[in-house]
Amino acid sequence: MAIGLAAVRTRSLFALVMLSGGFSLISAALFVTLDAVDVAFTEAAVGAGISTVLMLGTLALTSRYERPPAHRPWLPLFVVTVTGAALIYGTLDMPNFGDANAPAMQHVMPEYLAREPHEIGVPNIVTAILASYRGYDTLGETAVVFTAGIGVVALLATLARRRRRRDGEEEES
Amino acid sequence: MQGANWEYLVGHANYWLFVTLMMTGLYIVVARGNFVKKIIGLNIFQSAVIMLYISMGKVEGGTAPIFPLDGEIDPAITYTNPLPHVLMLTAIVVGIATTSLALALIVRIREEYDTIEEQDIWEAEQEISARERRQYGEVFGEAGK
Repeated sequence: MAIGLAAVRTRSLFALVMLSGGFSLISAALFVTLDAVDVAFTEAAVGAGISTVLMLGTLALTSRYERPPAHRPWLPLFVVTVTGAALIYGTLDMPNFGDANAPAMQHVMPEYLAREPHEIGVPNIVTAILASYRGYDTLGETAVVFTAGIGVVALLATLARRRRRRDGEEEES
Repeated sequence: MQGANWEYLVGHANYWLFVTLMMTGLYIVVARGNFVKKIIGLNIFQSAVIMLYISMGKVEGGTAPIFPLDGEIDPAITYTNPLPHVLMLTAIVVGIATTSLALALIVRIREEYDTIEEQDIWEAEQEISARERRQYGEVFGEAGK
């Protein structure tokens, strides 16, 4: 929470990137306490690791400071408050935290837990569901990652060449 | 009655915390003009959604959903719901893919406009369209104005 608020305030983008890395690390710790160890190490590797590196790379290619905002913040603040109030109203019907009789625990989860040992036999249930029961999701995910990779390459591949050409034009003129 | 109320409050505090965090992210996206900052706000928003789902999967007194290696499953142990974990793993990876694409776009925008501030780009766009109107105004007549 505090990191989120600090992220609103700071104008130094470098500090901001460092804050977001720390934020990812803390959320990874939170996932461990919520028993989601697989999610925790993915978050630590991807959120605190890769995305910090990517953002630092972007900062190196762009600028390190942001300008103070031009508008008054009242309209966004109003929108955010209304949305937040609506979301909190939506949570009023939710089951209590840690409730074993919640609807989310009743549907397919006991079935997965019961069938997994003799159908797949991988000790880690998350792995079994990810790769087997919901394999198509994972296939779609890899397709998304691949598409994003193509997009990044297409956007940045000619960066160095364009930059050289522009420098050349400046020298001529 | 008092006890039930207290239980309800504690049981829902996690959702409210994540909603607040999510709204912090949304506020950064809406109110701040710098694109890198907007992306970080979007990441905070996304993490809040992920935390919300993971916290829904938590079972009181449960443990991480990993069976013992010897295959001897103790029916007395409750496991945390593994399904949200799987879905959120997918969400994290897709999130980093979209983030990297957005950052690449930012680099490209910077190259084209020499700025990563929303306001500056808006002004540059106004300037370009004004110039085009001056240039082609006579050809298109009134429609160009």
